[in-house]
Amino acid sequence: MSAKVITVTSGKGGVGKTTISANLATALAMLGKRVVAIDADIGLRNLDVVMGLENRIVYDLVDVVEGRCRLRQAMIKDKRQPELYLIPAAQTRDKMAVSPSDMILVCDQLRPEIDYILIDSPAGIERGFRNAIAPADQVLVVTNPEVSSVRDADRIIGLIEAEEKGPAHLIINRLKPEMVARGDMLSIADVLDILAIPLIGIIPEDENILVSTNQGMPLVMSSTNGVSASQAFRNVALRLTGQDVPFMDFSQKPGLRGWLKNLIGGR
Amino acid sequence: MSWLGQFFGKKETSSSVAKKRLQMVLVHDRNDISPGLLELIKDDIIQVIVRHLAIDPTSVVVNLNQDGPNSFLVAEIPLPGNSSR
Ligand SMILES: Nc1ncnc2c1ncn2[C@@H]1O[C@H](COP(=O)(O)OP(=O)(O)OP(=O)(O)O)[C@@H](O)[C@H]1O
Ligand SMILES: [Mg+2]
Repeated sequence: MSAKVITVTSGKGGVGKTTISANLATALAMLGKRVVAIDADIGLRNLDVVMGLENRIVYDLVDVVEGRCRLRQAMIKDKRQPELYLIPAAQTRDKMAVSPSDMILVCDQLRPEIDYILIDSPAGIERGFRNAIAPADQVLVVTNPEVSSVRDADRIIGLIEAEEKGPAHLIINRLKPEMVARGDMLSIADVLDILAIPLIGIIPEDENILVSTNQGMPLVMSSTNGVSASQAFRNVALRLTGQDVPFMDFSQKPGLRGWLKNLIGGR
Repeated sequence: MSWLGQFFGKKETSSSVAKKRLQMVLVHDRNDISPGLLELIKDDIIQVIVRHLAIDPTSVVVNLNQDGPNSFLVAEIPLPGNSSR
């Protein structure tokens, strides 16, 4: 067995890469997979706090790359999942401390013993992004259904193709079904129409994400079912393992107002 | 929009405005052609045409269009004179 390396990236910052990386890594571990999450956002590390492991950091990715510790020593074991590890980013260094070939080397060392390696990429199109996608077998692009985020996603999709890492798979995050129904948010179909890459996840806006981040416990660990972000993350994890999981139905039943609007020619 | 929608003065939704604007901006992004460059190209086209035909420079339109994976540079140059026979 050899690990599959999955990189979570985006053009624009703040669209949910770290949240998604933490939840997908946890969800895969909950499926019994051996998982390592790598924070490639050097200088702005966050995956540690989102996963609730910030107090256990001794060594980081830059220590590994610069030979100050062995890879094993930088792998922080998760508190709750027995087969989940985090390799944190260095907080006081910059992205130039790691090169794309360093990333390939680290992942190649992990591959024989691990099922999935999830890499949380920094935003942007520079070195940090190149580091994050260099070892990737599959790239997930995160976007919000919003103009500037979709535009930047298009740019990053082009770069991923140019690096021969395509086709990237799309995760649409922070969908607000009621706004889509009102015609005030780009729909899934709109975004897919524009970006034209395969869809792998739709995550709704969910305030429980903030609560779980406050507590340092990824949302997938709490057992909310139905049409929730938690269930959406689990579905993406299953799709990553090759299962064919139907997308949740976020469409809102139009109320009387919606019905009237449709009658007079809304969409 | 249906005639009934127009009758009731229904406005275009903000999401469809967003989609159209995105489509426009992405044709420029993907081809690395700025609106400014398009203006330059248009001016050059006009200069070439006026050497041969008496066109109205203000009526020339040069646009980028996308059709599936293909992008097109489209110039529309109305011809002068009595074409209304
Ligand atoms: N589906 C969601 N519903 C509600 N809040 C969300 C959702 N996804 C992300 N957030 C919130 O959005 C903020 C940004 O998320 P996150 O840090 O994961 O983004 P990022 O892409 O990693 O940012 P950066 O580019 O800075 O690394 C966080 O406060 C997070 O809790
Ligand atoms: Mg982040």
